[in-house]
Amino acid sequence: MSGAAMVVEALKDAGVSHVFGYPGGAVLDIYDALFAQDAVKHILVRHEQAAAHMADGYARSTGKTGTVLVTSGPGATNTITGIATAYMDSIPMVVLSGQVPSMHIGEDAFQETDMVGCSRPIVKHSFLVKRTIDIPDAIAKAYYIANTGRPGPVVVDLPKDLVNIQEQHPYNYPQSISMRSYNPTLKGHKKQIKKAVETLCDSQRPVLYVGGGAIAANAAETVIELAERLHAPVTCTLMGLGAFPGQHPQSLGMLGMHGTLEANKAMHNADCILALGARFDDRVTNNVAKFCPHATIIHVDIDPASISKTVNAHIPVVGSVDKVVEQILDALKTLTTDSQHEKRADWWRQIEQWRGRQCLQYQSDGEQIKPQQVVESVYRHTQGKAFVSSDVGQHQMFAALYYKFAQPRQWINSGGLGTMGFGLPAAMGVQVAHPDATSIVITGDGSIQMNIQELSTCLQYNLPIKIISLNNRALGMVRQWQDMIYKGRHSHSYMESMPDFAKLAEAYGHVGIRVDHPDQLEAAMEKCFSLKDRLVFMDVRIDQNEHVYPMQIKFGAMDDMRLSKMERT
Amino acid sequence: MKRIISVLMENAPGALSRIVGVFSQRGYNVDSLCVAPTNDASLSRLTIITHGDDKVIEQITKQVNKLIDVLKVADLTEGAHIERELMLIKVATRTEAIRAEVKRNADIFRARIVDVNIHNYTIEITGTTDKLDAFALTMSQAAEIIESSRTGVCGLGRGERALRP
Repeated sequence: MSGAAMVVEALKDAGVSHVFGYPGGAVLDIYDALFAQDAVKHILVRHEQAAAHMADGYARSTGKTGTVLVTSGPGATNTITGIATAYMDSIPMVVLSGQVPSMHIGEDAFQETDMVGCSRPIVKHSFLVKRTIDIPDAIAKAYYIANTGRPGPVVVDLPKDLVNIQEQHPYNYPQSISMRSYNPTLKGHKKQIKKAVETLCDSQRPVLYVGGGAIAANAAETVIELAERLHAPVTCTLMGLGAFPGQHPQSLGMLGMHGTLEANKAMHNADCILALGARFDDRVTNNVAKFCPHATIIHVDIDPASISKTVNAHIPVVGSVDKVVEQILDALKTLTTDSQHEKRADWWRQIEQWRGRQCLQYQSDGEQIKPQQVVESVYRHTQGKAFVSSDVGQHQMFAALYYKFAQPRQWINSGGLGTMGFGLPAAMGVQVAHPDATSIVITGDGSIQMNIQELSTCLQYNLPIKIISLNNRALGMVRQWQDMIYKGRHSHSYMESMPDFAKLAEAYGHVGIRVDHPDQLEAAMEKCFSLKDRLVFMDVRIDQNEHVYPMQIKFGAMDDMRLSKMERT
Repeated sequence: MKRIISVLMENAPGALSRIVGVFSQRGYNVDSLCVAPTNDASLSRLTIITHGDDKVIEQITKQVNKLIDVLKVADLTEGAHIERELMLIKVATRTEAIRAEVKRNADIFRARIVDVNIHNYTIEITGTTDKLDAFALTMSQAAEIIESSRTGVCGLGRGERALRP
């Protein structure tokens, strides 16, 4: 078998259904091998960055590893932002990059880049394949590493001479993978579990703080069971939304910089915090020195390096969230739900008081469209069941706060890296993985223009994404900070020559709808979601001056927050 | 505080750059670094001298351990250990008096003169970092140092303590 055929065969053996990519000199042999078969489908993008985000959206919405295939040099470097995005959010991805022939490596050959070097700080691991017969093993290991332990992206760099279609070599895909240097811990240490259970049972004011690790470990059901057994409030991080249903009576919504008042208040006043696959990110903790002063912190994470990195954990538990929560549930078997209800009564009374403040309320004048009402409308029109991808900025926060995610893997966003331009290609990857589902992207006029060329890919593969663009003619989040911190000096945060997005969508062969007034919104939404097999671009002109609230105050504790332009806690 | 981090890793291409990368990208200090294959040629042993508070050292060991190519990481300074460093130092020996002084000091430090010519001696010395520092200082007082090269520290835990795959 030729090296190129081995690449394709190994992808089949790894269970890959779709590859997102773009051909070029160094990978022409691999593309030739792709041409001869149907098992692995290829989606041709318009820019390699989008290929990585599509593979990412595919991975986030399925739990399977996303696959990217690009050529050497610029093809490979264009994926860097996408790889970094996946790395920061622990998303399983394999990037196959072409490389110049082995004998030319180091000669500054045409389209040569040290891809293994360039990507090193943002990959879980990488391989530069040296011999053709090693191709199946490298690819098998790449998929194994990407989607075990704490997931992440893996790069496999393939020099052109190794994949030559003229040369034949024996093909051996490994039956199983074992690596002496890589054995992730899945089950929690018994002693630590015992300590965690005792602390949880003793606590009067516990909070479950649930992050993306719960989604990666498919632990949503066990997390719900644990929360109900303990009758404890649950808050999700931006990455954890959907791991606990947003409409559940015990849900406090999102926490952190733009978290709800009740979530941040509960965290600050808790006597026990059970962190499940969350990493105490700076966008959650605010000032670490003032972080949750009364709480005993139990930190469950599959990555030991995440534990006590920013906030010291009193009870560290290394393990995967599903396994550890099962262990905790086992130990709690004798616990009666009634006793927990009684014990938490005061805590819930306090939480209801915070909830009563209704921190997500917003003012509407009936003349301008409010971004919050757009998200609420999208929620109603999709019965809360759509896959929602987002870009980065104000619209991302509005989507996170006002769309109540019921299921894990329903909310797709670049949390850690904050990558503008992520949303559209991610929603495309979602749609490829779930052809019959509704895949929408909530975006803004800044973000959408960072990968808008993919509208062309959508037409080629008939991906009926619904694009809801909250168009405020400005870079909203930048503008908000300029309003709050820079006395309203809007330095380069607005765009003077915006395209007519509806017409642009039409030019790409799709449906464009422009909405200017609140009265037009419902009809436009209805039209948008009735066009099941068409891509619809909704250009919604929203109030330019709306800010995202609540918002933590810099250097403060978790619950030092602004609730509107006028009010603070 | 000075720490000796010992790492057992796959003797694979790129493994060293991944470890060095962790230090640079996360802002940790490297005072010295010493690496070579072990008796098992598929493995490399790496010794890093670094400094930082307990929290930083904990992060360093965790982040290095997280690398796929790394099998084991230990902070040798946590227990009894042996550390050694080797230095080659070339000094100008212009006069009979300087030659005698250099030779006398080399003997006192149990260093060995390994290369001799009309104008200079090259001396090899092994020991702890402190001993090598002291010897270099003494030599600088006895003669003009032309150049020197140090390996960086390598170390092993004493007694039963060992890093094995």
